[in-house]
Parts: sequence; structure tokens; C-alpha cells
Amino acid sequence: MDAPITEKVAPAIDPEEVKKELLAKYPPKVGRKRSQQIYIKENEGPEDREVLSNVRTVPGIVTMRGCTYAGCKGVILGPTRDIVNITHGPIGCGFYSWLTRRNQTDASAPGAENYIPYAFSTDMQDEDIIFGGEKKLKRAIQEAYDLFKPKAIAIFSTCPVGLIGDDVHAVAREMKALLGINIFGFSCEGYKGVSQSAGHHIANNKIFTEVIGTSDTPNRTGKYNINMLGEYNIGGDAFEIERILDKCGITVNATFSGNSTYNDFASAQMADLSCVMCHRSINYVADMMETKYGIPWIKVNFIGAHATAKSLRRIAAHFGDPELIAKVEAVIAEEMPLVEAALAKIKPRTTGKTAMLFVGGSRAHHYQELFAELGMTTLAAGYEFAHRDDYEGRHVIPTIKIDADSRNIEELHVEADPERYSPRMSEEDMKAREESGWKYKEYEGLVPDMAPKTMIIDDLNQYEADKLIEMYKPDIFCAGIKEKYSVQKMGVPLKQLHSYDYGGPYAGFRGAVNYYKDIDRMVNTKVWSKVKAPWAADGPELTACYVAG
Amino acid sequence: MAMLRHTPAEITVDRTALTINPAKTCQPVGAMYAALGIHGCMPHSHGSQGCCAYHRSALTRHYKEPVTAATSSFTEGSSVFGGQANLLTAIQNIFSVYEPEVVAVHTTCLSETIGDDMTQIVEKARTEGKVPAGKHVIYCNTPSYVGSHVTGYSNMVQGMVKNLAKSTGTKNGKVNVIPGFCEPSDMAEIKRLAKLMGADVTMFPDTSGVMDAPLTGKYEMFPKGGATVEEIMSSGDAVGTIALGQWAAAAPAKYLDAEFKVPCEIMGLPFGIEDTDAYIMALSKMSGKAVPASIDFERGQVVDVLSDYSQYFYGKRVALAGDPDQIIGLTKFLVELDMIPAYIVSGTPGNKLEKAIREITKDVPGEVKFKCPGDMFLLHQWIKQEPVDLLIGNSYMKYIARDEDIPLIRHGFPIVDRFGHSMFPTVGYKGALRLMEKILDALLTRRDRDASETEFELVY
Repeated sequence: MDAPITEKVAPAIDPEEVKKELLAKYPPKVGRKRSQQIYIKENEGPEDREVLSNVRTVPGIVTMRGCTYAGCKGVILGPTRDIVNITHGPIGCGFYSWLTRRNQTDASAPGAENYIPYAFSTDMQDEDIIFGGEKKLKRAIQEAYDLFKPKAIAIFSTCPVGLIGDDVHAVAREMKALLGINIFGFSCEGYKGVSQSAGHHIANNKIFTEVIGTSDTPNRTGKYNINMLGEYNIGGDAFEIERILDKCGITVNATFSGNSTYNDFASAQMADLSCVMCHRSINYVADMMETKYGIPWIKVNFIGAHATAKSLRRIAAHFGDPELIAKVEAVIAEEMPLVEAALAKIKPRTTGKTAMLFVGGSRAHHYQELFAELGMTTLAAGYEFAHRDDYEGRHVIPTIKIDADSRNIEELHVEADPERYSPRMSEEDMKAREESGWKYKEYEGLVPDMAPKTMIIDDLNQYEADKLIEMYKPDIFCAGIKEKYSVQKMGVPLKQLHSYDYGGPYAGFRGAVNYYKDIDRMVNTKVWSKVKAPWAADGPELTACYVAG
Repeated sequence: MAMLRHTPAEITVDRTALTINPAKTCQPVGAMYAALGIHGCMPHSHGSQGCCAYHRSALTRHYKEPVTAATSSFTEGSSVFGGQANLLTAIQNIFSVYEPEVVAVHTTCLSETIGDDMTQIVEKARTEGKVPAGKHVIYCNTPSYVGSHVTGYSNMVQGMVKNLAKSTGTKNGKVNVIPGFCEPSDMAEIKRLAKLMGADVTMFPDTSGVMDAPLTGKYEMFPKGGATVEEIMSSGDAVGTIALGQWAAAAPAKYLDAEFKVPCEIMGLPFGIEDTDAYIMALSKMSGKAVPASIDFERGQVVDVLSDYSQYFYGKRVALAGDPDQIIGLTKFLVELDMIPAYIVSGTPGNKLEKAIREITKDVPGEVKFKCPGDMFLLHQWIKQEPVDLLIGNSYMKYIARDEDIPLIRHGFPIVDRFGHSMFPTVGYKGALRLMEKILDALLTRRDRDASETEFELVY
């Protein structure tokens, strides 16, 4: 069942020609740089060439990238519903990150806190820029406390905060001492690093030092306790994953950070295995939790029915209990008929069609599994802000050079916790497992999974996206809201793989079925046949007549 | 359970530092929107790239249209040493790759805090040959920590006239119309009324045809719409300027007056009967054209519908949040409809707004609560203290609407969960009809839902 459903097909078009065309219009300096970020896959499997990535954006190129604040507040901390997240800055940053990512949360329990529908901001004015904003920030924290009495308050720095020298950490310490709740700040100014990625790292660091391990009350207890890291519950993905895991008898102690609460972070050290969905955003926490608490981690993928089955088996195999292994098989056997029934109907309508995926830092890889299940071919893929390890695999980490633009992002030095460190596996066990083909702490990256003659493009820009569509005419293009409407103007459907176009979940078994249905609809809807008016010179009627004649 | 469950009815904390659920956003998105109203224009955000991504996304979610804009993509280095090199590189790359007619640069809190001198950098780009012959770079300063997105819009329109407008000394017989921050459908309606009048107008910015473009199978980064550079240049030769909106449109009109002696008339966005009348009269006066019968007809239709349905409008209480020019126009229209604008907040600061609202509502029975800058958290608290019949505001109001079970009419920016705002106007007599239809539909749908079986009726 783990075998790919469709053979990977190499595209008919010569990628070298495409690359040449993409680069032709650039000024020489830009062309040289972009040339290294446009990678053509040559052979099956892994290759040992470098994908230039995580480097500064070319000014004026019309990138799709966002900033460090978005990576920190928008992505990692935004989904946690019982922390009051205060944006320290002018109003925009807080406004734009207000309910625009679809991190669902279940706050239905009586008395449950839910700050997700709120945007909190210090709304800095020019006098705060001139005289400093610390006083206003302190007052804002006091007001938030007086109004809500929350469990914790987090502060997020925006561009001007670093420049004017507001010390958000000092403010956090002072207010924490005064109010007696956990208050912590993030130096996630938008100009740090080169993309959202720096914000992930900054978020990981602070959550690790200020929150993880501060509570010894687990969220949930069970025989097999895991943490789900880098799963943000877009459109209910985490709910579906949790449903399946529960059914298997696997307990999710904490999710980082979809449908999470403060205590998910605080008691994260209580799990026995970390499962990493989005490697880019959360691998730092996964690594640090292993070093400090002895929790091993594995890469999982719940996008795609077969990927889900594979990941469930991997978790069961880790724990090694025959009863659990049998249970997992039973659940897969119970869930798969639904998936197969959907595919039997839909696959004939999608087979042979082509897709391109350009999404943040993980989905451009994960979603290829779903397209394979639909019998569709991925022609090109890439990330906005992933690093070389996400493209080439984690084995390249020791060779990655941190450049000047990212050097100021702090690397924490972590040591084993003197009291709480407890290795979940003995060294011999781990070694034996690894010798038998098991991979802990490993992610092989996007490149090995791509077919020969496909293209891998880092930090794709508007110009290149337009050209790709023109040259390849894919049946579907996957990206985000900024790309959606320019692509659709060309008569090609765009599937948003950040917001899911307000659908979902797409994870797990039921999610896979939702995805099949959505893709079927998008590539087969009548709208694309209506693009040309019947009276247009190149309209459908006239073309038909011409061909017939 | 309530979505906004942490909002208490009683105001126990006097908030002076914490804004919750803002009724505004920051300057650059307004500047970006205004720039899209120039034909062949690439908006450019001089700051770190997150702003540009957020602003493009916000506009795209609102219009369901591509919004292309470039950014200087500041790094930590440029944030310390200045962003000149970034902007020069960007200008060169934009013209090479995207070939726009004009690049319209705005700033962010980052470049404003470090004090990048836009005049000097743009001049340097010109002298170093980074701006191809016949192409243009215009700019304005849009610090996010001053005003709101409306201020940003106004600043970019100022940038247009400051950078482009000229006077040849010969009047061209045209009337400049500067619409405020309103929808492409509104801009199209404002132009349609001028055409009905037979008045020759130059409207800028003009996002109609740009932010409501058709799907044709070909992506046009620079669609047919938008005011051309030549049109904006000629604004210095106009016989007069009509500025629709004190906050969004007055400053550039005053500039044209001061600089090129183009007299201006500053009025509200033409919502409702009275303000549309004022626009028509100003057009008539400036262009020397008589008001045609077709406009009498449209106006008469509004009055007719109002007389037919007045009983359902009369005395209904409304809470609204939004931008100053819209708030003023809508409040005035609600008063015309005999409705009660009970609670009003705007995130955009400015003392004149309160004065204007007090004047419009001076004869409205009962207390009209108003705050500026105010936020939606406060508005919600007021509603909890004494409910209203109707909400008017952007999509964020749907959380209040759901919690308090009050119908919502989506109006303003951003509307991210419905279409219509970019296709159908709410200004002019046609727009007044549409607003009345929306208001009645909301109120009567509610009446149908709530009526007992006995009181449920077929005819209203």
C-alpha cells in the first residue's frame, strides 16, 4: 500500500529551455543569482547538487515572501487560543495577521478562553517612535491583564521597535514580576533574516526557553504519548489527524500549535515521541527537546492517504508494541475503503493531468503525494523560504553556511536538563533501530521525490510564475492568495495551499477525500470552457469550425 | 458560545494604550490601492517585504483580483545603513522585468523611522539612468504610525499631483475629479454621472477596469483601466477640481489650487440624496453643463422608493464602523432615511470627524455615541449595553453580528467574504438605491425570520 500509485512521468517540455527563457529577461546580476535558485532534476532519487535558498530577496523582483513577524506571530504563536498576543508596532502588522490564517480552534469547553478572534496592538503613533514605546507597551499589558486576566501574554516586535531601541524583553520581565503571569517577548522585527523563516526560529527559541517545561501537568495521558510538531490546524487538519491517532490509541499530548493552548507548550516535555509535520517551522524545537529532555523525533506526513498510513505505521513501529501495530493496521483497513471509493470515482477524471506547487516551506513537498494518488504529475515545485535541508535533506546541514543576512538569528545552546532529561530510548536501541533502516531526526527533503526533468525553484516570483504557466500550461497551479488571480486570469485554476480556498481539512484519510473532490472540481469545472466568447476571433465556436474545415 | 466571549458590556478599563480589533489599518495599503488607479503602474513598497506581502494579500482578498506590487526587501543591514541601494536596485529590476509606465513608491514605518530621503533617492535613480526614457517614478511618504490607510491613500494621490501635474498656462476645459478611498464600482459610477451630465472629467486615481478586470485567458499585469500619466499631468490645466472626501481627496485638490490655481470644491463622497445632489451641482457649475432629465429621473426613483418604504427605515438604530469619508456619507444618508446612527467608530484619527458627525446628527433623537480613534471592541461594548437593529461595517463586524444576532451590511474595507462591492456602486442615486435595497433586505429578512406564524406576512 505504500508504493506510489502512479509512475512519475517526465514532462515533455525541455526544462533547460524553460530555465533559459526564465533568466533571459533579467539584468546579469539578477540572472546569475536566480540561475542558482532554479534547479533542474536530472536523475531519480537524491542528487548532491546545491539548491541556493534562504538567501536575501532580490529587490523589485515581486517576491511572494513575507517577513519574520509573520513567521513568528502569524504562523507559530497565532493559533494558540489562550495567550493574549500583543503586537507592538503601528497598526498594520496586527491588523493583517488578524484571522487571515485559518488555524481552527476548538474553544467549545465551558469557560474556555479564546482570543483568536481578537487583534491586540499598541498601535504606535509618531510620538512613540520619537520618545519610545516602552511606556505604552507596559500600559497595554496592564490593560490587557485588567480586562482579561489571561494565562499568559506575548509581545511581538515589529520593524520600528528594533530601530528605536524599545526593550520588549525588559518590559516583559518587569510586567511578569508585577502581574504574576507568564509574559514573554519576541524580537521578530520584520527586517530580520530574509523571510518568514527567521520568525519561526525566533518563535521556537522563545517558546523553548520561556514556556516549554514550565508545567508538569500533561494535557492528555495515554499509553503512547506523542507531540505533533509543525501542524497548524489549517481548515481542521489537526482535528482529523487527532481523530485518527485517537482511534489507533495514540495520544497527542501537545500540538505545535494548531488548536493548542498555553499548556500544550508548557507541558510538551511530557511526551515520548515528537512527530514533525512541517520540518521548516519547528525542527528547532524538535531538536532542542531531544537534547534537553531526551524525546526522539521522526518526520511524519499526514497529507495523502498513503502518506498517512505510512506515518501511522512509523509511529507504531517506533513504539514496537504488536498490539499497537495491529490496531494501526486495523484502523488503516477501516479507513482506506472510503478513500478508495472516492478515488475510483475521481481518479479517471484527474489521471494524466499536471500540477505545479509553490508554497511556503513544506506543503510543496507534502501535497505531491495527494497528486500522485490522483494520477497527476508534478511538473515543478518550490518554496518561498525553505532552507537547503528542506530541499536536499538534513544530511547537508553541516555544510550550510549561514550568510550575513541570517547571522543575527540566535542559535540556542541547549544542554540536557539535569532533572528532567530522560532518554526515551537507550543509545543501543536507537543505534539498532537506525542500523535496521530506521531514521530518527531525519528528513530527506523535496529533491529526492521529484521526477527527472522537473523543476525546483526557490523564491519563485511573479514574472517566473507567469512564464511557467505560459510555457507549461499546467492543469492546476498550487500557491497562495497573491498568485491566485493572475494565474486564473490565464484560464488555469489555482489551488491555494495556504488557506485551502476556505475548504479542508486535507490531512488524513477524510482530508484526502476532500482534496480529491476539490481538485476534481477545479480541473473539471465548466468555467474554463467559458473563457472565450463565442463571437471572439479565437473563440470556441470559430476554432471548432476552423479545425473541422 | 460567543466568539467574542471576552468582551464585557461594562467599560471597566479605561484603555489608553491597547487597541483591540482596530477599525483601521496602516498607510501603505491605501497608497498601494491609489497607485493601482494609475494606468500601467507598479506600486512599490520601500520597506521590508512583509508589509508588501500583507498589503497585496489584503487588497487581493477584498477584490479577488491580482495585486502586483514590488518591494525593496530590506534586510537588517539596510535597516541600519539605509535602503538607498535596495530602492535603486529595485527600480532597475522593475523596469527591466515588468516594464511598467510608472513606478509609484511608498514607504513603511521601517524606512520612515530610519529616515530614508525619498526625494534624494528617486532623483539619484533618475540621474543614474535607472528610469528609462519616457517612464516615470513617483513617490510619497506613508509612515504607518501616522493616521491610517486613508491617510496613505491621500498621500499617494498627493504624490501623483506633486510628481506629475503641470500647467501649460492654457486651460483644457476639463474638471478633475479626485474620488476618495472608494470602490472601482463607485469610481465608475462617479464617472457615469459626469458622462450623463456631458461634463469632461479627468478622474484620478481610477481603479475601475483595474480592480474589477474580466477573465479573458490572458493575464494583463497592467489592464486597460487607470488614469494615464498624461491625464494626471494635465490636471494642472483643469478648470477646477472636485475632491470627494475630506480625508482621502482634499489635500491633493488643495495642492492643485495652490500650485496651479485650479480652484477646488471639497465635498463628501456622494452617498445618499443630498451629497449626490451636491456632486451634480458642483459638476454643473464647473463644467457649465445643465443637469439633464436622465439625472432627475434617477434622483426621483430614490425619493420614490424612500416614500414607499419609509415606515421600515424610520427610527431603526444602526451601529457603524469604518473610514471617515464613508462614515460621514453613510451617517448623513441614514439620517435622510430617518434612521438613527446610534454608535459610530472610526480608527482614523482627526478632530474634524467628530465635529462633522455631531453636526449631521444634531437633530437625531437620543444619544449618538461616537469615538475616533475608536475600535470595534468599544463598539461591541456599546452594542452590548443597548442593542441596535443593524450593523454596517467591514467583514470583521461579522463576529459581532453573530454574537449579538444583529444583521450586518458589509460596507467599507476590507470585505473578504462576499463579492459585489467592486461590481455595484453604493455612491450616486444608483448606489443609494442599492444601499436601501440592502438595508431593507436585511431588516425584512430578520422580520420574516422572527415573526410568529400568525404574524408572518406575504406583502411588505
